[in-house]
Amino acid sequence: MKEVQINELQELLNSFANKDVYIHLETTNGAYASHFDERVFNAGAFIRNAKIRFELAKIIADPPHRVGLKMDHGWVYAQGITHFELDEKGRLLMAGLDFTGKLAVALEISETPFSY
Amino acid sequence: MSLQPQRQILVIFPHPDDEAFSSAGTIRMYRNMGVPVTYACLTLGEMGRNLGNPPFATRESLPEIRREELIAACEVMGINDLRMMGLRDKTVEFEDDEKMVSLVKGLIDELNPSLIITFLPGYAVHPDHEATARAVFETVRRMPTEDRPTIYAVGFANNTIAEKGEPTLQIDVSSVKLEKVKALQAHASQTAWMIEENAKRVDDGRPMSDSWLQYERFYVINQDIL
Repeated sequence: MKEVQINELQELLNSFANKDVYIHLETTNGAYASHFDERVFNAGAFIRNAKIRFELAKIIADPPHRVGLKMDHGWVYAQGITHFELDEKGRLLMAGLDFTGKLAVALEISETPFSY
Repeated sequence: MSLQPQRQILVIFPHPDDEAFSSAGTIRMYRNMGVPVTYACLTLGEMGRNLGNPPFATRESLPEIRREELIAACEVMGINDLRMMGLRDKTVEFEDDEKMVSLVKGLIDELNPSLIITFLPGYAVHPDHEATARAVFETVRRMPTEDRPTIYAVGFANNTIAEKGEPTLQIDVSSVKLEKVKALQAHASQTAWMIEENAKRVDDGRPMSDSWLQYERFYVINQDIL
């Protein structure tokens, strides 16, 4: 993955519009967050291989970036995106890596299902 | 103290590296004695957060990296039988409880272990650790008392010692400390930061206490106290 380049990522996002796609969306502050610091309220969410279709995708320029997908009847968004790549299977992988290199958020889009 | 003789050991943890932190030395010492060790690793740690910045992996490439690390770590520990059980990281607690018991029972029926090494329920911090420990304890609890293997259970929640007292077994693994360090290093995607941090502390003249590399501590659960 490389650091977000707005134009390139926007074009990649556009290429998945108006198609049936599978998404992986994840936010986390780590299973150990409240073990290391009991003041941390541990929360996160995860969805993998949900099939959606979006008509519009937008990445916002100010970093760490926000990416929103507008669907017929709703929305998907992720906040904190810093890195992306189009992998060898043609899947668009986006991640937000914190200052120590730990994943805080991930949004991935693929025309084929992700593994289990 | 010398190690209790064992016929067959079954190690059950959910993530590649759980075994290295908690029991690599104990496993290596038993392997040196010729005791067969099976490691059932329930997931590939697919949800590990450390991808680096700049990143060395993606969410999708991490499992394959961790699979290779797990295989390398098992070689260092001398584990002769590694089973990757195919569950997904962070989802173990959501699996059907009876399915989890069946999974553990299948391993016990096949291997007839005299000792199981796993986590201590209630004191294992990570939801996958807790779910693994619950499944193991429940499966063993259902066995006739005289057939039950001993369990060495790892607890490390902040309240463990306050509530459970000190671990009842402390194994001196200093004779295989090098192998323990190598097993940890094999899981580089997860442990490189730790090894780097320790190198920095050594540079600063205050190395990490190495007592956790010297000893492995367990709560011994005998047949009759389940």
